[in-house]
Amino acid sequence: MSKVKEVLLNPIFNDNPIALQILGICSALAVTSSLYITLIMCIALTSVVALSNMFVSLIRQHIPTNIRIIVQISIIATLVMLVDEVLKAYDYESSKTLSVFVGLIVTNCIVMGRAEAFAMKNGPLMSFLDGIGNGLGYSLMLIIIAIIREFLGAGSFYSIEIMPLVNDGGWYIANNFFLTPASSFFIIGFTIWALRTWKTDQIEEPEFKISENSLDAERRTA
Amino acid sequence: MKNNDTFSKTLLVAVTLCLVCSTLISFTAVGLRDIQDANKELDKQTKILSAAGLLNNNLNISDLFKSIEVKMVNLETGLFDESIDSSTFNEGSFSRNLDTSIKLDKTQDVATLKRRENYQSVYLHYEEGNLVSIILPVRGYGLWGTMKGYLALEPDLQTIIGLEFFEDKETPGLGAEINNPKWKSKWTGKKIYSSEGEVIVSVIKGVVLPDSSNKDYSVDGLSGATITSKGVTNLLKFWLGDLGYGPFITNMRNGEIKDV
Repeated sequence: MSKVKEVLLNPIFNDNPIALQILGICSALAVTSSLYITLIMCIALTSVVALSNMFVSLIRQHIPTNIRIIVQISIIATLVMLVDEVLKAYDYESSKTLSVFVGLIVTNCIVMGRAEAFAMKNGPLMSFLDGIGNGLGYSLMLIIIAIIREFLGAGSFYSIEIMPLVNDGGWYIANNFFLTPASSFFIIGFTIWALRTWKTDQIEEPEFKISENSLDAERRTA
Repeated sequence: MKNNDTFSKTLLVAVTLCLVCSTLISFTAVGLRDIQDANKELDKQTKILSAAGLLNNNLNISDLFKSIEVKMVNLETGLFDESIDSSTFNEGSFSRNLDTSIKLDKTQDVATLKRRENYQSVYLHYEEGNLVSIILPVRGYGLWGTMKGYLALEPDLQTIIGLEFFEDKETPGLGAEINNPKWKSKWTGKKIYSSEGEVIVSVIKGVVLPDSSNKDYSVDGLSGATITSKGVTNLLKFWLGDLGYGPFITNMRNGEIKDV
């Protein structure tokens, strides 16, 4: 039981795919300008990771090593196309806004990474839960980014107006920077900082140390 | 563990996987096609109705759309042309095909279209047998890409009812404010042609002053989106000019084509 809990909850704070593994950044930048769109993307990604993990795990004992990456990609691509088709049929507005980014789930490193790292070695149920867990970790980061971006960039929360914009006759001058994808970099950076302040074991060992400036050393001895 | 890496096993896994995946996708795509097409059509109808100011939350879109008639217009002659089926008409494939479009040279191509199709669909809205608005598809280049929309005109073909974009790639918060309802509402009642028949309606820089002599022909610019604003002016200039709906508008005005 504790294994299930670990697989499911670890990726949320302890091993977050975006904050710790720094994977799947591209969609975190692109689709986070409004919360609704972000939620759709999170559901799409979580279902793809969970199902692709499950299917890869189901046939893991039959996958020839030489073509395993191709097999994984085919399964992922199939699922992504299915999600895209369903979205086009049942939520046309969002599928128009998300456009290529649903299709780009294929290249999302989290999906591929979990298939290769977890599903190839574990059973279908565990793999499915691992997919859900990683999907939730991804979703948590995206939702944080989207809430901040939508609040500062459009003055609203889930399209409910909180700070009336000057453009609509209110008082809040929208910070357009937060409507551009680049702002996500800063929000991700600050979130990682906050997370590592809380969970200090995530801080990486410095790979090298800058040696002391020789002039400073001379001055001190002088 | 058994060996999966033999030639036959590899082939078997690859072929089976491809078959299963492709079957799954084919069935889903075919099964959902009708709903998807209906969505696309509904989206288009919503935008057309919105441009004409007809959207009403209490009424069904397809019911509302019943009062709208689609007609094909030959842009060269400005006359209705029944030889092309409006339900299968596709602007993109017409403007790419060399036989059904003309090349625009630099001086003509104010809206940066490169080629212009020879036919377009126009939407006529009737109320109790009377023509109340004419909705024309328009498009042109903004800052990052082509903006596509619908322009609704009064039957005098001089007064704008509304302008609605259904596709654009403009910067969110700046150029994408072309979709802001407050800005869109500024178009209602604006005039298009000067007394000499020139298209002079434009998006200006800054705010239209109430005592300006051109106030009927100008719309407030979008702050921080000069190129998008210019793009909107240019696409109106093109589509309402001689290479766009100009001949059709002249014919309509002179009564050379009947509206029914």
